[in-house]
Amino acid sequence: MTGFTKKARFASVAGVAALALTAACGSSDDGGSDSSSKGSSSGTSALCGKNIAFLGALTGDAGALGQNMVNGINLAIKEHNEKNADCKVNLKTFDSQGSPDKAPALATQIINDDSIFGLVGPGFSGESLATGKTFFEAGLPSISPSATNVTITQQGWTTWHRVIGNDDAQGQADASYLTGTGGAKKVFVVDDGQDYSKGLAGTVKKALGPALADSDQISVGQTDMSAVVTKVKASGADAVFYGGYYTEAGLLAKALRQGGFAGTFMSGDGSEDPNFVKVAGAKGANGAVLSAPAGPAPADFGATGLYATQAYDSANIFLAAVDAGKSKPEDINKFINDYNADGVSGPIAFDDKGDIKESKIYAYFVKDGALDVENPQAIQ
Amino acid sequence: MTSFRSALAPIGNGWNEITDWFGRQPRAVRILAGAVVVLFFYSLPLLRPPLLTTNQIDFGGVMFQVAAFALVALGLNIVIGYAGLLDLGYVGFYATGAYTTGVLTSHHGSWPFFLALPVAIVVTMITGVILGAPTLRVRGDYLAIVTLGFGEIIRICVKNIEWLGASAGIKDIPHPNSIGPAPKPPFDPGGLFEIPRVVWNGVVPSLDREHPTHFLIFGATDATPYYWLLLTALILVVIGDRLVKASKVGRAWEATREDEDAAELMGVHTFKYKLMAFALGAGIGGLSGSFYASGQGGYISPDSFPLLLSMLFVAAVIVGGSGNRWGAMAGGALVAYLPERFREFADYRLLVFGLALTTLAVFRPEGLLPPRRTRRAKAVLAEIDALEEGDVEEEGTHV
Amino acid sequence: MDLGALFGSFDNFASFTVGGLVFGAIYALIALGYTMVYGVLQLINFAHSEVFMFGTFAVAWIFVLLHGTSDVSWSLGKALPILLVAFVAAMIVSALVALLLERVAYRPLIQKNAPKLIALISAIGASFALSEAMGLRDRFAGWFGLDHKLSNYVSPGAARDVYSNPVSIQPHKLFEIGGYAVSDVDIVIIVAALLMMFALDQFVRRTRFGRGIRAVAQDPESASLMGVNSTRVVQVTFLIGGLMAGAAATLYMMKIGSTRQNAGFILGVKAFTAAVMGGIGNLRGALLGGLLLGIMENWGAAVFGSEWRDVVAFVLLVLILLVRPSGLLGEALGKARA
Repeated sequence: MTGFTKKARFASVAGVAALALTAACGSSDDGGSDSSSKGSSSGTSALCGKNIAFLGALTGDAGALGQNMVNGINLAIKEHNEKNADCKVNLKTFDSQGSPDKAPALATQIINDDSIFGLVGPGFSGESLATGKTFFEAGLPSISPSATNVTITQQGWTTWHRVIGNDDAQGQADASYLTGTGGAKKVFVVDDGQDYSKGLAGTVKKALGPALADSDQISVGQTDMSAVVTKVKASGADAVFYGGYYTEAGLLAKALRQGGFAGTFMSGDGSEDPNFVKVAGAKGANGAVLSAPAGPAPADFGATGLYATQAYDSANIFLAAVDAGKSKPEDINKFINDYNADGVSGPIAFDDKGDIKESKIYAYFVKDGALDVENPQAIQ
Repeated sequence: MTSFRSALAPIGNGWNEITDWFGRQPRAVRILAGAVVVLFFYSLPLLRPPLLTTNQIDFGGVMFQVAAFALVALGLNIVIGYAGLLDLGYVGFYATGAYTTGVLTSHHGSWPFFLALPVAIVVTMITGVILGAPTLRVRGDYLAIVTLGFGEIIRICVKNIEWLGASAGIKDIPHPNSIGPAPKPPFDPGGLFEIPRVVWNGVVPSLDREHPTHFLIFGATDATPYYWLLLTALILVVIGDRLVKASKVGRAWEATREDEDAAELMGVHTFKYKLMAFALGAGIGGLSGSFYASGQGGYISPDSFPLLLSMLFVAAVIVGGSGNRWGAMAGGALVAYLPERFREFADYRLLVFGLALTTLAVFRPEGLLPPRRTRRAKAVLAEIDALEEGDVEEEGTHV
Repeated sequence: MDLGALFGSFDNFASFTVGGLVFGAIYALIALGYTMVYGVLQLINFAHSEVFMFGTFAVAWIFVLLHGTSDVSWSLGKALPILLVAFVAAMIVSALVALLLERVAYRPLIQKNAPKLIALISAIGASFALSEAMGLRDRFAGWFGLDHKLSNYVSPGAARDVYSNPVSIQPHKLFEIGGYAVSDVDIVIIVAALLMMFALDQFVRRTRFGRGIRAVAQDPESASLMGVNSTRVVQVTFLIGGLMAGAAATLYMMKIGSTRQNAGFILGVKAFTAAVMGGIGNLRGALLGGLLLGIMENWGAAVFGSEWRDVVAFVLLVLILLVRPSGLLGEALGKARA
């Protein structure tokens, strides 16, 4: 998931609560220069009383996604602080609105704040690419819960990690699902032209090989899908894959069904959202397959929303480093690189580039006019 | 309501008094005062004055954006304020400058920044001429929609052409060349010397040597050197803008803007001058875009150049005072600065911004710092009004 | 030109054309708002897109109010009663927003005889504010403690997200052109748009108010000397633009079914383009421009790929303006003969 987009799910009362918390964090202790507090705290680690930072969209069109992540991080910190009353860790949030233009100045603020020892984020790939060098040169370890662009981990930024599978992994799984389980002979691929969408759709196209019927590209905010429907029908495809987000995905699925298309409709994690069904309408959405590099959250998990589990896991890695008594950035970074444990989103261990070693892709289904988030099917 | 208007009036009047006072001073005082002001602006990210400094986002980074917007507004002011052409697609030139730099220094070449910069300006100016030549024949309001269209066309093109990085954008754009020993991360930050910054505890300042700016390293961890570079460019462009405005070209623009037909009759080749304004404005937009591309992040993508940005640019110029370079720059600076300073408003930022635009337009249509011409025109109008009233009275007494 | 080679087959060509006509009709209705205001005031009403956006929400709200929130698919016939109520509600809401806009963002400037550019900025500001106000409707409701009572309408925490009509109107295929299934919904959209246009055209040509509008468009000063209340005329102009935008919003929601606080922006730019293409200030030009733009976009998508459809639309606009500097039918709100 990347790019400047809109995605908001499950954000409800929790989102408002998180916002209140954001404001509180933002205005409290701005840390700039209090180097005197270094090493003087009473807990077991020098990191007690210090902060984890979150950088990502909290307001604007993609704000709900960032709120999900903050909920996950807060849950992890709350659990940690209850267990370790003498070594509390706090969260500072930095709202990028998902924009790569604003991210570098926020990153500079983060690295100049001595009270911050680790970063959960950045949320999207654009801001990751715009800030990676800053965090790397300053030596601040980071773990992203949601940036999936393939090229980020190819930059040699050794402090950069992510707990989510990249777009390549998902694209290949989606293609094999379509031609395997889905039984499609000819697939028409559509994307919305954004980086995330093009990357995902591109991998699907490559992996489909001769099974690719044709492809087209719409734009974000487009509502008239009649031209695409005509093309799909003219191509004789028996399945459509869409790379993009749920609004356009829903409109496309709706227009395809209304235009008489009867084949499989599949899309990626950007569309795996109950709003997909609302936009497409019950009839338009039925039978749609939506993939995501994340299994369902455990039933008793206390935060909801896409990426909440990944953010929770990311924060827990830093908290484990605190408990292990690490304090220097080098040590924390090494701790992350060697980390190997089961998180709520799956088993977590990193390869030498910072990518997660094992990433399972799940297919979620729309049945009886609702997205079934509890019974996905693992692909491959 | 009227009180609001009168509350705004001192801004313009105060500015007038300052400029008038400035004009009356001896040369030495003027140079000295100018130098103090310039020095103040250079040292802003190090001084970090309380109230002015943003507290949730790096002040140096914000000042870089502020300077970039001021530069853009200065360029757009030539098009809108001087020549009277409404350009709703100015972001296209900003993007052209940024992409030319990105392509030359990173995506398809490894030129140093300072070699790519002039090329970016020239390419953007040529783009301005290519776009301007057909569209400037289109009259008045139609120009707005046509330029808006071109802004979108440029964005859609960079988004869909693989050679320009398509939607993934261009990353790893090199920084400008540093001066002094190169940094060897992570322990040696390089540079000739270190400049500490000031921290404020309430109103009590003290020096913070923990986070110094290294002179003069263009790295990824400090935005201040970029701000200095951009500020230098801004000052040079202001000087250039003064020269052009005071020349024959500037007078031709003024004549064209006030009455195109009359100007044409008087022998002013209006099309040529309009095209010149368009190209010059474009060039400055390209310059700003080029600095943006090689900035701290070193990353550009088509999403950084939305149609909305064009609207913001136009709003900046008009709110500041279209036709007055200081007004336009102030407008640009405010549009970039206020949302970052008041991050506490979070979700309400755009709403407040929209309301502020409408309120300002309604209560202060001439902008915060209107140009002298408007003031002159107003004075003349007032004089005419006074004369007319006088006539009526005289007639009244005679009859 | 070999249509078969360009579009795949003649069937496809026909299909692209019909698909474009449906959206073109909606463009045309929105374009009327731009064209009327421009004709009378020579101002670009940049905030008209928000007038439309409020209408789309009104439609969805009426369905939530009268039907509830359960997601269902209904045929056009079954949805018709609620749809008619929504149609009226959308027209009222859009008209009210348009009148508010005129009162707050335009009238003070018109009275001061401020430069046109300022009116544009005022409108841009109003456009931001209106769109953001819709995106923050949950907060406003929260101020009065109503966000949970009204949660189906204000979607607390997700007010900026897409907002859907729970009733999705299932079109019924009437006949097929090429691969395109022409449905009752499509026919209703095109016919309704044409009827509204015709009614408005007659209103401007034949009624007393219409004469007032034309008089002010031709020469505001003489008109006011002749006793035309120009403030009233401007108000009526905004009112009509709002009514048409409300109608367009209903038709749009029939076809698309979901909206969000920034849904107006792209459509507004398109509709304005359509208005300029046909000759801004010209009612029939708005119709021609809207339909033409809708068709050309789909043709462009067919020939060059959907990613280039906006480029095709804008290039076409520039070409038309170069050949006919005041649009296809010329600016003529004032010149229409009674």
